[in-house]
Amino acid sequence: MAELTRGGVGGFLARQGILVAFAVFMVGFALANQRFIAVDNISGVIRSSAILGVMALGVTFVVIGGNLDLSVGSMMSFSTIVVLDLHDKLGPALAIPAMFALTLALGAFIGFLVGYLKLNSLIVTLGMLSAIHGLTLTWSGGKNMDIADKEGTWFAIFGQGEVIGIPVPILIFALLAVVLSLILGKTPFGRKIYAVGGNGQAATFSGIPRARVVFLTYVMSAFCVATAGLLQASRSLGSQNTVGQGMELEVLAAVILGGASLLGGSGTIFKTVIGVLILGFIQNGLLLVGLEFYVQYVVTWVIIILAVWLDIAAKRGRLLSPIA
Amino acid sequence: MTDPIPVLRLEDIVKTFPGVRALDGVSLSVLPGEVHALMGENGAGKSTLMKVLGGILQPNEGQIFIEEEPTVMTSPMHAKAKGVVFIHQELSLADELSVAENIFLGELPLKSMGRVDWKKLYADTDAILKTLNVGFDARTRVGDLSIANQQMVEIARALTVDPRAVIFDEPTASLTDAEKVVLFDVISELQAKCVGIIYISHRMEEIFKMTDRISVLRDGQYRGTLITADTNEDEVTQLMIGRSLDLSRSASEHELGDVALEVRDLSCGDLFRNVSFSVRRGEVLGFYGLVGAGRTEIAETIFGLRAPTGGKILLNREEVRITSPIDAIRHGISLVPEDRKAQGLVLGMNCRDNMTLPQVDDLTAGPFVSDGAEVAIFDQYRDKLDIRTPGWRQTVGNLSGGNQQKIVIGKWLSMRPEVLIVDEPTRGIDVGSKSEIHNLIRALAAQGYAVIVISSEMPEVLHVSDRIVAMFSGEVVREFTAEEVTEDSLIQAISGIRGDKVA
Repeated sequence: MAELTRGGVGGFLARQGILVAFAVFMVGFALANQRFIAVDNISGVIRSSAILGVMALGVTFVVIGGNLDLSVGSMMSFSTIVVLDLHDKLGPALAIPAMFALTLALGAFIGFLVGYLKLNSLIVTLGMLSAIHGLTLTWSGGKNMDIADKEGTWFAIFGQGEVIGIPVPILIFALLAVVLSLILGKTPFGRKIYAVGGNGQAATFSGIPRARVVFLTYVMSAFCVATAGLLQASRSLGSQNTVGQGMELEVLAAVILGGASLLGGSGTIFKTVIGVLILGFIQNGLLLVGLEFYVQYVVTWVIIILAVWLDIAAKRGRLLSPIA
Repeated sequence: MTDPIPVLRLEDIVKTFPGVRALDGVSLSVLPGEVHALMGENGAGKSTLMKVLGGILQPNEGQIFIEEEPTVMTSPMHAKAKGVVFIHQELSLADELSVAENIFLGELPLKSMGRVDWKKLYADTDAILKTLNVGFDARTRVGDLSIANQQMVEIARALTVDPRAVIFDEPTASLTDAEKVVLFDVISELQAKCVGIIYISHRMEEIFKMTDRISVLRDGQYRGTLITADTNEDEVTQLMIGRSLDLSRSASEHELGDVALEVRDLSCGDLFRNVSFSVRRGEVLGFYGLVGAGRTEIAETIFGLRAPTGGKILLNREEVRITSPIDAIRHGISLVPEDRKAQGLVLGMNCRDNMTLPQVDDLTAGPFVSDGAEVAIFDQYRDKLDIRTPGWRQTVGNLSGGNQQKIVIGKWLSMRPEVLIVDEPTRGIDVGSKSEIHNLIRALAAQGYAVIVISSEMPEVLHVSDRIVAMFSGEVVREFTAEEVTEDSLIQAISGIRGDKVA
């Protein structure tokens, strides 16, 4: 794959185009606004990227396994609402495991449909995006969810706490990234995900239980979503029903920016983390240079399409399709 | 006598892929009015050469000349504009469109405001069709035509430009004898118009009937050009494979062991019925039959990929239940599948990871896969099977077919199977690697493996097998020993002509 690309400057640009573009953006932003490279700004960007990042880690598993997950934004809203509601009813010590269990059940359900019933993941997760949103509204009765006693709960430490000066969300994101990177890159399970996503039929012919592997990628994804929901709920201690709305696309964008192929079989956790940071810094930079918040939506997607184009161009060894 | 200017000349074309020299200094020239055969085994470089000529691939070295004018081909459209057109084996027509629309696709005659000039389109098309003498008109829907007539549409498409050279790639693969006659007439007419023709085919009979000269490629190298009238099939074959291939029969000389696998009355729906056979340790059992006779399906059933509708599978004389490849592997059955790229390998993965894939669960140190254990296995089988690769990190997709197949075989040998099933062991593999793999199969039997070989190539089955099971239409017709089998009796058996039934 990578070996097939051409050498020389053109080849390098095609392969590393996204990093080069990122560097140009960073320098440009830094020149435009000194605040961009201030330590507190950088820390702020990483911190605000943590929730998205945690979700992207899980979706990386799904994408490498050759599938999509468009339900993560909606599922994150669900986790957030559920853990806030149960916080007051059961107390935080029970609310957190209960919320994890429910979210994992949703992930298992999707994994069952895509893995064992072999339904198309785009259709299943698009449907679940909507269905889970309905589930969330049913749970909350459509109302915002708030913790009654915001001052007196230890629940806030996940989203607002700091350990040796580092915000807890960043620590959780980093810890999860390291653990998941080891699982994906070093364990037999990780190897099987690459095999199933790279060539499902060949994996089956090698005695790999394809359905179970796909199933487990969705469970992993749901675990990450539950973690993200915990961070979100703990940060704000109250939430709307639509807190995660639209995040599925940003998450997917970060994963693709990192260089995972939508066809499956390639990508790494490290690359996804890079993708998350690129997305975070670019959005932050656009705000700092004084562009409207709404411009982000446009620019983000221009960048993603550029990334996909460069990715394909690198594989083909030229920028334009050979069949003109 | 002055030599005419070649319409097309390729000079010292070199094309490399990582780890592979696909074309190594190939030269070829086509004279006006000449039919020039291009021959070579699968993997010899014919299709790569045609891709270079068509501008789909760019050569690393060498030059293309059209009427002695150096030309760089940038795309198939560009090649066509230069008068070099291809008639592909696989047709590339839009079934739902008319003959006329297909022929002029992308170049439809237009009136003002971008409207199609249908009248001119149909008139132009019918004019071309008339020169081809076909029995359909411009308005016919392409999907309603026979394969042969669809091929005529492809040829008509080539004639919309004034072609200087036409390349026919296996044009008769799907034609009946009567249809071939029409095709040959068209080729003769092109010839009369001083068009140069490259004719790619494996069929000796056609080559000797149709062509003026024959150029041969082997392993990416140009092996020479023969004048058809002055040569014969033996000489061409010699050039293609480099030596006379030793495919003499060779029954095992070592002692056979116990029965490893026995199948009794195995059935799977309509695919195959009441199949019984057994294979002993140290023995190679060949399966021969036409495509669709049910051979691959039997292998897939034994390997747990299909559920049988009846019958038993016995391993070491004990009945086993196999419902998935995982079960089969646990019982010591391995399958080297028919389609190496789709079923055998994860092409984007490296050599080592592909080889250790079925046993990755067992190669761990703590929770992690052990690098050392994996590399040890890879090194062992790389040496044992003589796999040529720059290193284990090489992406499998970049290896040659023969080396890819050895990775798949290594993958299963490293599982130390009781029974090794090899489906089409040398499909798409160059001749050199072919005999290596044949020798390997014999050597495995000598080491005590029970081996089943499924093949569509009779010389291969005859060469490697101790016994041969002939199949026809889902049933075992007859079983032969290496001593009694003849080519004639085998052909009769797989064509449904029953010989003397032997128990």
